[in-house]
Amino acid sequence: MTLRPASDRSLLVSFGDEISPEAHREVVRLTRSLEGVRGILNLHPAFASVLIDFDPRLRDHDDVAACVHERLAAPLNGAAEEQRTVEIPVRFGGDAGPDLDDVARHTGLAPERVVERFCAARFEVCFLGFATCFPYLSGLPPELVTPRLAAPRKRVPEGSVAIGGRQAGVYPLASPGGWRLIGRTSLPLFDRRAEPPPRLRMADRVIFVPESRL
Amino acid sequence: MNRIRVVSPGLLTTVQDLGRFGWAHFGVSASGAADALALRAGNLLVGNAENAAGLEMTLAGGAFEFEAPAVIALTGSDFGAGLPLWIAVQVRAGETVRCGPTRSGARCYLAVRGGLAVERAMGSASVHVATGVGGGPLQKGDVLPVGEVAVRKPRVGQAAPPAGERAGALRVTPSAQAEWFGDELYRGAYLVTEESDRMGLRLRGAAIPSPAGHMLTEGVPLGAIQAPPDGQPIILFVEHQTTGGYPKPACVISADFWRLGQLRPRDEVRFERVATERAMELLREQEQWLYGLV
Repeated sequence: MTLRPASDRSLLVSFGDEISPEAHREVVRLTRSLEGVRGILNLHPAFASVLIDFDPRLRDHDDVAACVHERLAAPLNGAAEEQRTVEIPVRFGGDAGPDLDDVARHTGLAPERVVERFCAARFEVCFLGFATCFPYLSGLPPELVTPRLAAPRKRVPEGSVAIGGRQAGVYPLASPGGWRLIGRTSLPLFDRRAEPPPRLRMADRVIFVPESRL
Repeated sequence: MNRIRVVSPGLLTTVQDLGRFGWAHFGVSASGAADALALRAGNLLVGNAENAAGLEMTLAGGAFEFEAPAVIALTGSDFGAGLPLWIAVQVRAGETVRCGPTRSGARCYLAVRGGLAVERAMGSASVHVATGVGGGPLQKGDVLPVGEVAVRKPRVGQAAPPAGERAGALRVTPSAQAEWFGDELYRGAYLVTEESDRMGLRLRGAAIPSPAGHMLTEGVPLGAIQAPPDGQPIILFVEHQTTGGYPKPACVISADFWRLGQLRPRDEVRFERVATERAMELLREQEQWLYGLV
């Protein structure tokens, strides 16, 4: 583990520079243990690191670092938070998934097989980042790995289900994006009327279900 | 209850408080006033808590009609409203405060005694323009309720604006990948481009060579300076992405965040390195100035 200042009001805690289940566990654990700590304003978990934003009027890098060491040294108390499973209905291909055929060509699988394998996979929310509630999902079957677009789209429609390299993801709101769009969901991942609005949490399990079979 | 009617909204006017904290791990950045120092000062001048919601106007302001008498303060840049800035002033019932194009920096704030009593989303009244969290920019005909809770009397007399100017060096401390970079960022001036917004200030100038190191997407803080492959730096601003994969040579210090909010397209910026201790000293001085307004 390394700790480095990322600004005069934030500390970056890294658990190596590779994506691994071990690093992910530490990221989840540290993020949960620091939620609601006084003077810590925001936590930005990612593949193998957590950025901690703090209020510089109340804390400095040294005491946030001490807090990190203390939290990680503490034994895991009680039962681990139960892992939820969220089913995401998807309309694949066509207008909803304009890049499904490209993924099929790249992987050498028929589009139906791509969908079949995608829906058989058990994904996990690595973290939510980039833009509002965008889930970085681990668990993409290796045969479906497809590089991102060379030039990102200016506007990816809300609900687009996508593959970007070794990850899968869903665009909760319309935004620019460079991932390959294979389908679209009608399940809002950021629901303004819900309390709280984010549908997914870090470490949730996610499975995709073709809409026609629901 | 007093209400404000939007006679004309101006170029881009939004309701802002100091931001929506505690949601970055859901990919939601804090948003909040682009020049938070000006909004805090305006609130203190009219006797509000510093986090009360006010109006943020961008480059050209709007016209706002007050149904009942109110106490307001205009802070930040001079938008030619014909009222003095940095002072609490009385507005009569039926009076319209008309702001025009800026005569100085990018943003002007209107704080009203009692604060704007708008609905909060995820704990904040702040509008995140890019995603619509917290609503959107004001439209003609919108009506904004004014709250009734203030915490002290309005300040009597004008305050001096904060020290420092919009142009000139932005002070920075090292980011996580600082050692990947040389001195390129500090050699010349950069221009703020038209593509800049509340998500990021896009600069144009001498390219910063893109370092070759391997980097995973990681959390990014407000003010971080990203070096994308084309080498043209982007300063992450209040509506920034919560994570990013571009390396970062440096991050603007907290005491200079307000200056980012006042930068206009075609302004020139330079960067200057300071130690974290110096950054904290500058922040303490700024906070002392602010609380001197109470």
